[in-house]
Amino acid sequence: MQVIDLQANGLCKRFGKAAPVFLGLDFSIRQGDCVALVGANGTGKSTLLRCCLGLIAPDAGRISLLGMTMADLGPAARRDLRARTGLVGQKHNLVPRLSVLSNVIHGFLGRHSGPRYWVHSLAPAWARAAAMTALEKVGLADLALRRADQLSGGQSQRVAIARALVCNPRFLVADEPCASLDPQAGEEVMALFMTLVKREGVTVLFTSHNVQHALSYGDRILGLQGGRIAIDAPSADVTPLEMAKLYG
Amino acid sequence: MDSSARTLPHRFNRPGGIGFVSYVIVAFAILWSLEGAGWSVDRLLSSPPKLADFFSRAWPPSTHNLERLAWKMVETLQIAVAGAAIGIVLSLPIALLAARGVLVGRGVNLVVRIILGFIRAVPDLAWALVFVVAVGLGPFAGMLAIAIDTIGFCGRFFADDMENTDPGPAEALTATGARRIDIAASAVIPAALPAFVSTSLFGLEKAVRASTILGLVGAGGIGIELKVGFDLFDYPTAMTVILMIAVVVIGVEQIGAVLRQKIIGPGR
Repeated sequence: MQVIDLQANGLCKRFGKAAPVFLGLDFSIRQGDCVALVGANGTGKSTLLRCCLGLIAPDAGRISLLGMTMADLGPAARRDLRARTGLVGQKHNLVPRLSVLSNVIHGFLGRHSGPRYWVHSLAPAWARAAAMTALEKVGLADLALRRADQLSGGQSQRVAIARALVCNPRFLVADEPCASLDPQAGEEVMALFMTLVKREGVTVLFTSHNVQHALSYGDRILGLQGGRIAIDAPSADVTPLEMAKLYG
Repeated sequence: MDSSARTLPHRFNRPGGIGFVSYVIVAFAILWSLEGAGWSVDRLLSSPPKLADFFSRAWPPSTHNLERLAWKMVETLQIAVAGAAIGIVLSLPIALLAARGVLVGRGVNLVVRIILGFIRAVPDLAWALVFVVAVGLGPFAGMLAIAIDTIGFCGRFFADDMENTDPGPAEALTATGARRIDIAASAVIPAALPAFVSTSLFGLEKAVRASTILGLVGAGGIGIELKVGFDLFDYPTAMTVILMIAVVVIGVEQIGAVLRQKIIGPGR
């Protein structure tokens, strides 16, 4: 029997008095799936991703993540749930003045609280070793002590990926992880990201404006248009023309 | 291009009704305030001879008590540095409580910001009077006054600095289940650190300026020498004190500017 990692029912969201971002979304994501969420600007992709992680509350509807209903959880239970998730944003979102190693060690903060996980100098040996292993996986172990604001865009995104993967999350959300990178760096980072998450068996929901990325890396396509799901199909069944219509 | 065919935009916009009334109210408030402040052209025009008389009696500055005055200036700087250091350290936890969206809810933010507003509303000289009553005459009262004044200043601006950091790193850590205290310590404070340094240096400059006059109310430092100089019509000594204060304040400001430039670069 397939385990469902994310189940969304009747999700609605609007900001202020503006038109609803989305209305009555229903979808589910199975464990180990890699789902590409696509749609034109302003269709609510980033908002939907944040709703899935409980960073934004939907106006209506239910989200069940890893078997738990987000709205029913108290702060502590929500933190425990999030400790099994991760977010890779398009802006990398590293702490600029801290070292690469400290930024990766921050990935443990969901499971371990306290000053020992604030900077790498104070971190336990096992956490430093695990963070170095994560950095080796993204090919940046030799830059562990460099300040995050001295990295290139591609390197920053690799560090963000290492931070997201260091505590072995089960569910990962990536919001246009290549949007701020040049095409070549974007290809490299996307290929690395997908190789790592598929090797680790992580369930992934990612957004991308790159149709080729969505079709080649996503097992399934979720297409948003006009506040509703216009496409929900295996990527092999989605034609480039259907994808183009989403942006039309 | 034929410019005559095109209507040029107005150089100025005519104010609307509310705008016009606002200008009138502001102008009236300024005139009313000038009257309340005893604005007098006659007195202003008669002041240069009196000022010249003061300078002629104060110049050259006295060098008789230079060593004693120098030690008083050292005490003044000690009051400023100790008070500012204590104030800056205490400001950080207070600012964490005052910053919206960092550690605690909006209700606590509001209460802490009101308290910080009250601290800032009371002038440093008034705090010095309060602490002279509480702990007695001398530099300790001055140091406490500087510390509380620094908390009012740095507490508010540290909080603003934290609120203005990029929310992205904090969001990424929130998504991993990190607690608010961990997010504040790992993402918000490191990102706000350059602004903290800048604010702290401004706080120190403010403390040095304030500490030079605390002596007027018996809270230590060189201010008492200024008061005695004027009370006894010893203008040369008063001039020496004024010049020492100016040199020290300008020196501290210049050092602060250089440190700010080195630590966070131009722009603040």
